[in-house]
This record gives sequence, structure tokens and C-alpha cells, in this order.
Amino acid sequence: MREKIVSILRELRPEFDFNEPLDFIEEGMLDSFDVINLVTALDSEFGISIDGTDVLPDNFSSVGNIEALLRKNGVKA
Amino acid sequence: MKLKFHRKRITGILTVLPSREVTFEEEMENYNFSVSKSMKLKMAMGYNKHRIVEEGVCVSDLCVHGLNFLFKNRMLRKENIDALLLVTQSPDHFMPATSNIIQGKLGLGTDVFCMDINQGCCGFIVGLMEAFMLLEQESIHKVVLLNADVLSRKVSKRDRNSNPLTGDAATITIVERSDSNAVIHGFLKMDGTASDALMIPAGGFRLPASEETGRMTEDTAGNFRSLDNLVMKGDEVFNFVQREVPPMIEELLQEAGCPREKVDWYMFHQPNRFMLHKLADKLGVPREKMPSNIVENFGNSSGATIPTNISFNIGDRLKQEQYMFCLAGFGVGLTWGALLMNIGNLDFNEIIYY
Repeated sequence: MREKIVSILRELRPEFDFNEPLDFIEEGMLDSFDVINLVTALDSEFGISIDGTDVLPDNFSSVGNIEALLRKNGVKA
Repeated sequence: MKLKFHRKRITGILTVLPSREVTFEEEMENYNFSVSKSMKLKMAMGYNKHRIVEEGVCVSDLCVHGLNFLFKNRMLRKENIDALLLVTQSPDHFMPATSNIIQGKLGLGTDVFCMDINQGCCGFIVGLMEAFMLLEQESIHKVVLLNADVLSRKVSKRDRNSNPLTGDAATITIVERSDSNAVIHGFLKMDGTASDALMIPAGGFRLPASEETGRMTEDTAGNFRSLDNLVMKGDEVFNFVQREVPPMIEELLQEAGCPREKVDWYMFHQPNRFMLHKLADKLGVPREKMPSNIVENFGNSSGATIPTNISFNIGDRLKQEQYMFCLAGFGVGLTWGALLMNIGNLDFNEIIYY
């Protein structure tokens, strides 16, 4: 799951290294429109629909948080 | 607030759109964004093209054009109009009411009940509720509900949060009494504590327009706008809609004893495709039952999007057939509301251009 997430993030913002332990939102690596594109890509890749109430910046601030969100939405590790 | 209405129906819908069409690509260079990022945004949100009025065109111009079309084609008679209800956030003037101006331009009788309502994205729902209430009066048999806005004139062309999705339009909905016993169930909620989530800060009496309020400044996301322009806290609005709208629809259906699959069409306000897809998924409604193609074709025209949606996606079929509709609007105020009602066998349901 982790590799797929990093691959999607890299495609979205190739100028950043998403393996770094940084807060993607605070560091400006992802803005609100990136989050929308990310949700669309994750929905498509994992065959889910992330709940609209979960589209909050904190859920996309690290690969770990994104993994947790996907698990919450039914994706198995 | 739960509401119920009896013996009311819609008998016709006309959508009036500006002839001027502008594509996303034509405006892309105005935004402080890379081309590739803009294109990704276009895909996710469903931005494509929008209809906006020419300089100087006002709400009354669109409404008068549409009503004259109906008179000329004998789809509506002047003498049968008892009330003219205009829902708009972009009136021709602060005073008088634009509905009075429209009445005057059309030469309608002095017995016509004219009223302006300041509502936006929930304006079709609020307007219909008000029309149903007016029809409780013995002397009112036919209400002409006008939903019209020209907010493109108040949006900064360099604001990628708002400009690509804004559209102008007017819709004319004829509302009358019905012989049917079918109950129309409604729901309406408002939260003024978040009234700054969508607003035009300057130009009213609180902060009159001045040279200072007209000065462009850059926000943290790289958008340029002035205090005279519309500003939207996109994240807040998105979260409010995802949090509040699904439980409202669930409660409405439960109140009416209507299983969700019995609803033929979920005609919701059209902010962007992403938001509507998330609402459909959350409600367990097939996306094809909740059309989301108005922003990509015409733009978001506030209270006019629901009737535009009905005219564009169902059109003539609604002249011969009847469907169960769940209508929902949500936005500025904040205001959110919904109606569950049959609509069909309309006298007209079409789009014309100004």
C-alpha cells in the first residue's frame, strides 16, 4: 500500500520527496487542490470512495496518515 | 426545520443562459498555477467552460428576456401571474427590489405580489417553499419563481478558487396548485455563525466600496482578489456540505417513508463534480441518478443550478413523464435545504439563450 501511495504522490508533485518524514500540508507539499486530486487517484487505485467527511488536511499530512485513512475506508494492508 | 406542503406542483421550467461561453483554457493564464496543475484541477472538479454575461447585463435583463419568450410563445399569459418571486444575490440595485423592476418592464398588473429574496445556492429550495406558502392565499393561483444571478461580475478573474466555476443564469419556474394528494416533504436549515464562508465583503453599508476595497491583494494560495469580489472558503464549504447534507437527505427520506431507490432523480445544487460524487457515494445513490455536469457545461449559477440541471438533463421527457425528485441546495448563509416531490407533465422544460 505504501509504495502505491508514494507513487501517486510523486506523480502529483514530482518536485518533492514524499519518503521524507515531513508534514506534507504544513510544508506546502500538498495544497487543497492537490488533496482533491489525491483523493480521486486513491479512490480509483484502490477501488473505494473515501468518505467526504474524511477529506481533511490532517488525513493527508503523511504517508502513515493516508495509510490509516485507506484502512478506515476498507483497504486491507 | 421540517416542512410539509400539500397540493402544489411545478408546471413549467425555462432556463435562460448567456450566449457568451468561456473555456477553462482561455482563462488559465490568469491563474497563478502551472499548466499541468491547472489541467489536473480541471479533471477533478469538472471545470470545462462556463456561461457568463457581457459587461453591463443584469439579472432583470435575463428574467425579462425569458418571460417575454414565454409570453410570445403563449406558454404563459401576463394576466395569469399573481406573484413574481425573485431569488438573487446580484440585484440590479440596492433599491428598489428587482422583482418590481421586472414587473414594470413587463407591464404586469399592480395586483402582482412582487418580492426579492436574498439567497444563493439554496435559493431554488427556499424559493419553492416561499411559492408554496404564497399559494395558500385564495387570490394567488400562479407564482412565477425567478432564480437569477450574474455573480461573474463580482468574481476576480485571477481567483482560481471561484472564477472557473462561476456561471450566470436565470431560471423561470411556474408554481401552481395541484389536485394531487401527494405530500411534498421539505427540510431547511441555516447557520449564520459561518456567514463569512461565502461572501462579498465590501459594497454594502457595513463596508462601502472605495478605492481601498477595490485594491487587489494576493492570498496564501496565490489568488488575487479585492474586498469588492466574492470570496469563498472552499475547504470550509466542502466540509460543511459533506457533514450536513447526507444526514439531512436521510432524515427527509425517512420522514417521507420513501426508500432511496424510489427516488428517480437526485437533482442537487452544482458546486463541482468532486463534491457531488462524494455526496452520491455517501448516500449510496448511483452517480447517474445525481447528475454533476452543470459546472462543466455552464458553470455554477447559485440558485439557478437545480432548474438548469432539470432542463439540461431531462428536457422534453419531463413534458410527457413524471418522476420522483429529491432536490437539494446548500451554500451561502450557510443554508441547506431539500424537497422531495413529484415533478412531471410540464408545459415546458427548455433552455434558451440571451
